[in-house]
Amino acid sequence: MRKYIVQRILLSIVILFFVSLIIYTLMRCLPTSYIETVAREKSMQPGSKSYEEWMEQLTAMYNMDKGIVQGFFAWIGSMFRGEFGDSWKWTVPVADKFRDTVWVSFTMGAIAFVLEVIIAIPLGVIAATKQYSKADYTISVVALAGISLPTFFFASLLKLVFSVRLGWFDLYGLVGRNYEYLDSMGKIMDKANHLVLPVITLVVVSMGSLMRYTRTNMLEVLNADYIRTARAKGLSEKKVIYHHAFRNTLIPTVTILGGSLPALFSGALITETLFGIPGIGYASYYSMTAGDIPFSMFYLVFIAITTLLGNLITDILYAVVDPRVRVS
Amino acid sequence: MSEMNEKMTKNNSQEEQYSLNDDRRVKVLSPGAMVAKRFFRNRLAVTGLIILVFMFLFSFVGGMISPYREDQVFYRTDYQKKEYAGVIESQELRFASAEAEIPFDGVIQAQAMLAIQKKNETFSYKDVEYTLVQDGEDLYSVYSGGTLIGIAFKNVISSAVEGERIPFALQYELLKAYADGKRNFTAAGESYQLDEEGLVTRNGEEVAYISHYIIQAVMPDVFLTREFKELATEAIENGQESFLYTEADGVEYEYAISYDAAKQAWSVLQEKETRVFDTYSAPSREHLLGTDKNGMDMLTRIMYGGRVSLIIGFIVVFIQTIIGVTLGGIAGYFGKWVDNLIMRIVDIFYCIPNMPIIIILGAVMDGMRVDPQIRMLFLMLLLGFLGWASTARLVRGQILSLREQEFMVATEATGVRTINRIFKHLIPNVIPQLIVTCTMGLGSTIITESTLSFLGLGVKFPFASWGNIINDVNDTFVLTTYWFIWIPAGVCLLLTVLAFNILGDGLRDAFDPRMKR
Repeated sequence: MRKYIVQRILLSIVILFFVSLIIYTLMRCLPTSYIETVAREKSMQPGSKSYEEWMEQLTAMYNMDKGIVQGFFAWIGSMFRGEFGDSWKWTVPVADKFRDTVWVSFTMGAIAFVLEVIIAIPLGVIAATKQYSKADYTISVVALAGISLPTFFFASLLKLVFSVRLGWFDLYGLVGRNYEYLDSMGKIMDKANHLVLPVITLVVVSMGSLMRYTRTNMLEVLNADYIRTARAKGLSEKKVIYHHAFRNTLIPTVTILGGSLPALFSGALITETLFGIPGIGYASYYSMTAGDIPFSMFYLVFIAITTLLGNLITDILYAVVDPRVRVS
Repeated sequence: MSEMNEKMTKNNSQEEQYSLNDDRRVKVLSPGAMVAKRFFRNRLAVTGLIILVFMFLFSFVGGMISPYREDQVFYRTDYQKKEYAGVIESQELRFASAEAEIPFDGVIQAQAMLAIQKKNETFSYKDVEYTLVQDGEDLYSVYSGGTLIGIAFKNVISSAVEGERIPFALQYELLKAYADGKRNFTAAGESYQLDEEGLVTRNGEEVAYISHYIIQAVMPDVFLTREFKELATEAIENGQESFLYTEADGVEYEYAISYDAAKQAWSVLQEKETRVFDTYSAPSREHLLGTDKNGMDMLTRIMYGGRVSLIIGFIVVFIQTIIGVTLGGIAGYFGKWVDNLIMRIVDIFYCIPNMPIIIILGAVMDGMRVDPQIRMLFLMLLLGFLGWASTARLVRGQILSLREQEFMVATEATGVRTINRIFKHLIPNVIPQLIVTCTMGLGSTIITESTLSFLGLGVKFPFASWGNIINDVNDTFVLTTYWFIWIPAGVCLLLTVLAFNILGDGLRDAFDPRMKR
């Protein structure tokens, strides 16, 4: 078991190395004229450093003067030392901006994740146990609709109905206009109020795939021989489904759920941007469109790490719950 | 088998003539026909297929049928209000000189003003005494040594004839008559009539008019006729918000009046017809879904947008499939280190954050002002090259399990060439799963493309795409006011992606009946 985990971790590090190399190469391949334009625009701003200083800083940060491979290793080294540079767009160190934003994203993602699990798994189980019933068709169509729903369209619809027509929520932002004057409880309620629509968007858009995944797995389990045996023994249907079948369905479900935990930190780029929630997705979107190279580079590597971590957790959990994987 | 039994009982009468072990009694369906039969029994999947067929017709044929072009701009004549004249109530004293021997210049005018404010009857300047006589409300005359040298007044006198000056004597008499409310007066030996509205006539001929409003045209070259001024004055006094006036060339314009309390002034706005882009016009007979912010027909834009979205979807999925099948096939067939290498590449591509990279490159292309057509090409290539990993994984997994089956042993035993073994025996067995993933992949590619276009980083104007049509909601005013701008495109997008997903689901069930026990 330990050998397996160590092997997976080593493999992940190798993959991360290559992914960072690709990201670094991509950055180096950006047309210099573009980088120069951005630096020039930055230097135009009042109280800003001069153009030469910007370029010097960038060159020093990403070792532009060295070859790609050499530069890459130097850059990796500085990343290990925790030197991520200063964000151009937000004019604070990248690490500071990251610390400010990541918890907002995590909170929002975690709420959405819990709701998603609470809604999707029971519905998936119901759909599977009542296969081909009206309930099954309804749930399947809802799940498919959720998968097919473009985030931006659904978010706009929600805004139109709940913010504009009904006026229940604000259109943008995480805090209301008079946030500063609220007491601590009021502040929490204000934030919660602003998170309602983004969380609904996230849940509806991501719920479908978990629902379908649960249904497929549950169907597979329900067709297994040991379920037939359980039924043949004369166990009650309730016991068969919730004691024998559902527990076995949990194996793959828990694995992928565990694997999606790190992704909670990476934020929801589109949803955050649309609702103006100052999370990491929002910050990175504006960094990327504004040509803020230090923050974008950090974000790309961060996303790659969360993805890898997710895969790693999935693999390890899979090995933990299913001994057959360990053997092979 | 039960299906066949059904069929057989149905056609019993016809088949009775055959003997029991006659082959013709057994209906044989090819595997393809079986799949089709299973597929068409799935009502949901057929609905998806119908939606898709409709969407294809809508996008590809609709664009041809539509009377408008993708980038045809429509105009409408609009009434725009333009500042035409300003009206203020005369608050300040104005002066007129009698042009006598003693001058009535600026300094004396100022002294007179002071005296009026202090309500003095006399004032002196440089040892000269001046007498101030109030002739009426807001009308004063200034004498020096018994001679009238000038007057100070608040009402405004303007000539009825453009460019003609009104002699002092007439001005003075007129002001006096106006202040006293007289209808007739004489000046310089001639008699004049003054009517209620301040019009002065001599022998029925208009000479001048008097009013306590100052009306000035905004444009210096516009001469405001007396009639216009009268109408404006009347409208202001009656508190009307607008009035009509026919200009000399016979065109009638509507003038709106707005009052600015801070400046204590009215402004007269002329509503003039101008040709403007027909932006955000509501759905009508000519434009079934109205027009967008550039004055282009929305329905036509949606049709062309669908074409772009679908074509991009197909090309991207095609690129993904080609790369995925090739690499996955190689990995699965050869196994060992080849497999290991390719699967590690797949792992790497799985980890590359696609969306952020495309956003960054989109921003770079924005900065470099890349041509929209080339952008579209870049977008397709990028989406294709970044998204093949899952296809490769699927194909490799399938081939790995197929390779161990008996029919592959048979091909090896009969000496089929490697290339034929892969492309004639292995790949066809992967195709069902491949079709399913491609169908679903089309849906997700369309979502990705439209999201990028929505963010303004994918398909760009002048090309339409469902995403960049919805992009208008970023303007909160559009979001709240013009539903027809973004809801139809969103519904098209949702329906198409949903249809692709339903179709993929239905195909999977049809191809692999084991999945649907």
